[in-house]
Amino acid sequence: MRAPLRPSDIRSWLLAAPVALVLGFFLLLPLVMIVVVSFWGATEFSIYPAFQLDNYLFLFTSSVTYQVFAKTFVYTLVTWAATLAIGFTIAYFLAFHIRSQTWQVALFLLCTIPFWTSNIIRMISWIPFLGRNGLANRTLIEMGLIEAPLEWLLYSDFAVILAFVHLYTLFMVVPIFNTMLRIDKSLIEAAHDSGATGLQILANIVIPLTKPGIMIGSIFVVALVMGDFVTVRFMSGSQEANVGRLISNDIGLLQYPSAAATSVALLVVVVLTISVMLRFVDIRKEL
Amino acid sequence: MRKNHYSRRTLLGGGAAALAASAFPAPMIWAQDIKGVTLRQVGTGVSAFNEIAQKAKEDLGITLEMTALDSDATAQRVATQPNSFDIADIEYWMCKKVWPTGNLQGIDVSKLEYYDKIVGIFKDGKLTPESTIAQGSAPHTVGFVESAGDKAFAGGETGFMTLIPTVYNADTLGIRPDLIGRPIESWAELLNPEFKGKASILDVSSIGIMDMAMVCEAMGEIEYGDKGNMTREEIDKTIAIFTEAKKAGQFRAFWKSVDESVNLMASGEVVIQSMWSPAITAVRARGIPCIYQPLKEGYRSWGNGLGLASHLSGLQLDAAHEYMNWYLSGWVGGFLMRQGYYSAAPETSKLFMSEDEWGYWFEGKPAQGDITSPQGQVIEHAGAVRDGGSFMDRMGNVACWNSVMDENQYMVRKWNEFIAA
Repeated sequence: MRAPLRPSDIRSWLLAAPVALVLGFFLLLPLVMIVVVSFWGATEFSIYPAFQLDNYLFLFTSSVTYQVFAKTFVYTLVTWAATLAIGFTIAYFLAFHIRSQTWQVALFLLCTIPFWTSNIIRMISWIPFLGRNGLANRTLIEMGLIEAPLEWLLYSDFAVILAFVHLYTLFMVVPIFNTMLRIDKSLIEAAHDSGATGLQILANIVIPLTKPGIMIGSIFVVALVMGDFVTVRFMSGSQEANVGRLISNDIGLLQYPSAAATSVALLVVVVLTISVMLRFVDIRKEL
Repeated sequence: MRKNHYSRRTLLGGGAAALAASAFPAPMIWAQDIKGVTLRQVGTGVSAFNEIAQKAKEDLGITLEMTALDSDATAQRVATQPNSFDIADIEYWMCKKVWPTGNLQGIDVSKLEYYDKIVGIFKDGKLTPESTIAQGSAPHTVGFVESAGDKAFAGGETGFMTLIPTVYNADTLGIRPDLIGRPIESWAELLNPEFKGKASILDVSSIGIMDMAMVCEAMGEIEYGDKGNMTREEIDKTIAIFTEAKKAGQFRAFWKSVDESVNLMASGEVVIQSMWSPAITAVRARGIPCIYQPLKEGYRSWGNGLGLASHLSGLQLDAAHEYMNWYLSGWVGGFLMRQGYYSAAPETSKLFMSEDEWGYWFEGKPAQGDITSPQGQVIEHAGAVRDGGSFMDRMGNVACWNSVMDENQYMVRKWNEFIAA
């Protein structure tokens, strides 16, 4: 026999209801729709309900799919490593080298200034800079460092990753900076007094204690890069593709079921990647 | 489902007007009633100019809200969001994709004042009685239906058009003569290793595949039965040739919107590429030499038209008819001819162009004075001749029309692989 609902139970249910409803409608329902549609069929101009495996069959039998997923991982990995290195350094500098809190805040705000303009504009402004006759090439030629313009600066993997790093480093800086600020300074002093070198302090105190921040930043960057399609399209001049572009091409050509199937595959891959990452650090425990 | 947001009075008025209209088919009597009507037009960027909306406001009193999207996005919008637009400004090949959805209604030609002035290309497919019809989705093959609600295309001229033809052109490759420095005569040059890393093609499958076919045929690599309706093997071979070239680094970038092609050309990133006429005009307006190079294999052609959304009725439908009549009455045609397109009713457009402009753009004669773009920038000086010559020389030399093939879905998948490869 179950006990009847007590008033406090009802109150808890009611309190939880809004979030549950919002998540249900705006997260779960769309996800379910995507999974359902991924089994549908499509004609030139319409989609029709069905249960067929064609979309997945085509997805998993095309060698392009694997190349594109591999490319997506390469972009993710390189971007992650670069944003981590840069983001950690900036956060470290802000947290430990700037003594006054006013300056910390001021410099931190300085980091966010580029984010006052839109993503697309920040990305596209690289194009004239990196182009064949762009600023970068002209400067290098004038300085006598190169003879002919470097072709790989623009419309290449280099350009794509450069834009990613530029766009997403702040997502690394913020959480790392945040966790670093909460490290008890006396710990570092104690380590110093006990004769630890700077490197030892970094490796044994700062890095372990900033792990949750690093992990949160990494999740941001990984999720953003794996889901991106605009940056890849513009910075590679449409020449390279990641999974996001595969999906957006399908949508553009009205092949929704095939786009849905690719989305499901991407979703599974991203969820797996992030759950693997979470195995390394228990964010909840350390926050 | 109809969506009406009028008061009862305007509805009654519109209804009475509609009755009157069916009794006396004289479209001009509405001019007063349609003032204040808003029409939402969605289309490709080719003819979405604010000047047209302004002029429509002045002449007709209707408000045009224009949305410009790339070709694929336009087809997508028309096929999937029927209530988001009133007028679809689309290309003829898109008809094959969007017409069967039933989101557009056939247009009664008796409502069209200038039907007689429309060129033959959009009626029986022939420019002159002797001309042969090019391969591909030629406009007249998808231009008519038996009745307003019919979802299948009619074999010949009927009383209902799918789209009111507006502008069209013969496309070819654009080149930077200053950076190439030698004559270009064939489509095959697009894959010439001489231009490695300096070529581009457009990333719109229905159009891009046709450019590819022109190139492959010119190279002598493939002989097509019908470029506008390829077999799977032909698609495979075509894509394979281009994938190989892509992997070898032939292309600098692919473009999807006209602006992108302008930037690629103007910045010198690319010296030879698929291009559209307004892009050439835009590059020249910056003072950079750019030629719309006529090629010996002929042109790849396209046509645009205005379609009526199925949900239009009453006053809005009248306003839309009125707008279409106005569109063909000359001013817009003249405006867009200065962009390098041809008007579907050239005779009416002639009235809105100077003799020199008409001579330069339509007749292929040397310019007498400065030739300006629609916005008034000088793009050519006295003595200049239009690339490719006269209307007859250009439109009479069309090798194929932009198409949607029977194997389109297969082609689209292959195209996607080409982009991702």
